[in-house]
Amino acid sequence: MQRLALLVPTLLGLSVLLFLWVRALPGGPATALLGERATPDAVERINALYGFDRPLVEQYLTWLGQLLQGNFGTSTRTGRPVLDEFLVRFPATIELTLLALVIAVGVGIPLGYLAARHQGRALDHTTVGASLLGVTIPVFFLAFLLKYLFAVQLGWFPSAGRQDPAMIATHPTGFYVVDGLLTREWDAAWDAVAHLILPAVALGSIPLAIITRITRASVIEVQNADYVRTARAKGLRPPRLRRRVVLRNAMLPVSTTIGLQVGLLLSGAVLTETVFAFNGIGSFLANAVFNLDYAVLQGFILFIAVVYAVVNLAVDVSYGLIDPRMRVR
Amino acid sequence: MTTVADPLLSIRDLEVTFTTEDGPTTAVRGASFDVMPGETVAVVGESGSGKSTTAMAVIGLLAQNGHVSGGQILVDGQDVATLGGAGMARMRGRVIGMVPQDPMSNLNPVARVGDQIVEALEDNGVARGGAARRRAIELLEEAGLPDAARRAGQYPHEFSGGMRQRALIAMGLSCRPRLLIADEPTSALDVTVQRTILDRLEALTTDLGTAVLLITHDLGLAAERAAKIVVMYRGEVVEVGPASRLLTDPQHEYTRRLLAAAPSLASRRIQLARRQGVTSAVGDDLLAMSAEPSAGASAWPQAGSGEPSGGGDAAPIVEVKDVSKVFTLRGSGLFSRGQRFTAVDGVSFQIPRGKTVAIVGESGSGKSTVARMMLDLIPPTSGEITFNGRAVGGTDRAAEVRFRRQVQPIFQDPYASLDPLYTIHRTIEEPLRAHRFGTAAERRDRVHALMTDVALPLDLLGRYPAELSGGQRQRVAIARALALNPDLVVCDEAVSALDVIVQSQILHLLADLQHRLGLSYLFISHDLAVVRQIADHVCVMERGRIVEQGTVDDVFDRPQQEYTRVLLDAIPGRDLQLGLEAG
Repeated sequence: MQRLALLVPTLLGLSVLLFLWVRALPGGPATALLGERATPDAVERINALYGFDRPLVEQYLTWLGQLLQGNFGTSTRTGRPVLDEFLVRFPATIELTLLALVIAVGVGIPLGYLAARHQGRALDHTTVGASLLGVTIPVFFLAFLLKYLFAVQLGWFPSAGRQDPAMIATHPTGFYVVDGLLTREWDAAWDAVAHLILPAVALGSIPLAIITRITRASVIEVQNADYVRTARAKGLRPPRLRRRVVLRNAMLPVSTTIGLQVGLLLSGAVLTETVFAFNGIGSFLANAVFNLDYAVLQGFILFIAVVYAVVNLAVDVSYGLIDPRMRVR
Repeated sequence: MTTVADPLLSIRDLEVTFTTEDGPTTAVRGASFDVMPGETVAVVGESGSGKSTTAMAVIGLLAQNGHVSGGQILVDGQDVATLGGAGMARMRGRVIGMVPQDPMSNLNPVARVGDQIVEALEDNGVARGGAARRRAIELLEEAGLPDAARRAGQYPHEFSGGMRQRALIAMGLSCRPRLLIADEPTSALDVTVQRTILDRLEALTTDLGTAVLLITHDLGLAAERAAKIVVMYRGEVVEVGPASRLLTDPQHEYTRRLLAAAPSLASRRIQLARRQGVTSAVGDDLLAMSAEPSAGASAWPQAGSGEPSGGGDAAPIVEVKDVSKVFTLRGSGLFSRGQRFTAVDGVSFQIPRGKTVAIVGESGSGKSTVARMMLDLIPPTSGEITFNGRAVGGTDRAAEVRFRRQVQPIFQDPYASLDPLYTIHRTIEEPLRAHRFGTAAERRDRVHALMTDVALPLDLLGRYPAELSGGQRQRVAIARALALNPDLVVCDEAVSALDVIVQSQILHLLADLQHRLGLSYLFISHDLAVVRQIADHVCVMERGRIVEQGTVDDVFDRPQQEYTRVLLDAIPGRDLQLGLEAG
């Protein structure tokens, strides 16, 4: 409860910083919208329309007031409410980041575990080397590479978008994979998955590498713990030893890491979605930056912050589930 | 088929090798001894003697870089060293069990204690499900854990050290092994707890007819608990024999040294022995022959006069008057008030100049809090401490600097209390620099003199703490403490982390320095046997209060309080008769 209450001042502070930072960007939304050669008159009209001519404090309070009522403001570029723009693109980004997270966790933990079990041998060295590469390689570069290799050259996966434009599918929820399953349009569901794979692999590469390394280090440490030796001494069979003693203890630092990766995934989505012309929040944000679309920038970053905070809160709670010492009395 | 006369465990010419970065190292060399069914055999030695390595080889749990490189480990005539991973795994639990050393680190922190026994029962095919659950509670009760049914559902962090060790005993015996390896099973516990746990372990293994391989560094404990003792030194078995014979008629030189150094067996105070001209059994000859540098022996000037300067009649150097310390514990909820906890409650004592006052007590008795107040690291809540007639803890900056120079600490852990990035020279020089002592050349001379004082060779000066042994590090800590010519040295468990022989060396060093430099010591320890060797005056603390104080002889020979008697009775090997003592 205390943790939850702490969220309020954190987010408030962030909203102030964010508001000032967006306004510190060079240029203004009016110039961005009208072009370099816009008349001062036109600029003024745009500024008046969106309230950019008001004092900063007033602008902030207005924004905050609207925010509390669930109004994220209006996009200067599309003229539509920011919230509506989000809701349309939100499912795409969620699908993408979730799949990226599933890949990172689903591959990273077993890989890290195997590397630790084979510490010092070929599998371990390969994994450590590959994960180092995974951390250092820029996301957009990997995205281009994957796209070129598997979409353009080999043609295994589609190179852009969320769905084949030729495909006629209905979308009751906006989550294309879920939609395909719900409406029993199997080909549509598969097509949506195929479109997700390359961006998700690109996006998941850094978290995958980090989770692999943390898992490996953690398992190696736990393997040498006294209680593992004692568990072996009392005659535990290897499956139970691995599952109940080694893995469970090794997961403690890994779960923290996973929480931290979620923020990385959301911001990484901007680059990945741009490369794959994936119509999610990320690519929308990238456009908002170029257009100095204040309302969209503020809304999106605040949104990431909320998701990040909530996910880490969830991780802390789950930490208590794994580790009884962390339970708050 | 085995007959009664066949040993349950027979170790034949065992050799264990570890692969290190510097090449292979042999940790155990040609070790041989037997354990008969139902017999308790103790393996005694200092750290690095190979005693734990031998035990871990028997149960097949050597560290990854270690392996049995020669000889045999026969359990019921079968060589377990050749069994391989899966075969060895089948032996563990049902044939060979283990009770490990440190109860704090040996339980799985994320599983309920009861479940940790249940899983052993299930994996060894002893019981399943509900039956296993009921059995686990029985086993915990059997190990002496009160309220076992409720406790089984708790996690290790909710247990005290003694309770955890009981859980580990229940675990080790859960599948009724025929051989139990007890690796220093109580060395991490308070003496009174130690005794009840060992009593329980002994009763259980006697009832069950379990053979026990008891690993310990304490010869007194070994002699009290085992019929047969195996003495190991630097990877080799140097002597095997019945406990009674080893104590009265030790054959090997090392056994004799171990016997003389065993704190639980030593009854003569070091200072007393020195004054009476009795050559202590572990005198300077031991220092010379030990692993420590021999250069030290010649650097020990014998003090001319018998009594150190400033005899017993002068005013006490320290007076502690009715001192209390109350801590406010952090509240658990948002609005709950913090609880108050009285760590030290109305404590009064004096330290006569040139003497040693010891404070003994179990963990939580408040003895370390007294030490921290004496060092002016925390202020007392009430009461007064005077040093050389002046109150400690004033606001006078100059007085504080003077106090810091005159009172120096030596802490328990020589691994943690030395800066790993400072050379030995820099470490000892540090207080001299801090107090702006002389020129660089003068400081160097002082450091060299101090090294000689603590019997360390000068070629160690350029090394780092990590390159030194535990005993050498504690000597460095002593040299650093002496750098500014203090009047009072506060030793907080200063020898507790050391092996018995090294411990004995350091105690002798402290006694000799006191004699030569007229130092006064406040000696904090949980180990009554150590206190008996070093102290003139003893204060026994229990739950923040001094329950008894007096001279060492009074307190040890004629204890007035029940608590003191319990503490004294808990010293292992206290009633044993020694051949050495007779002379």
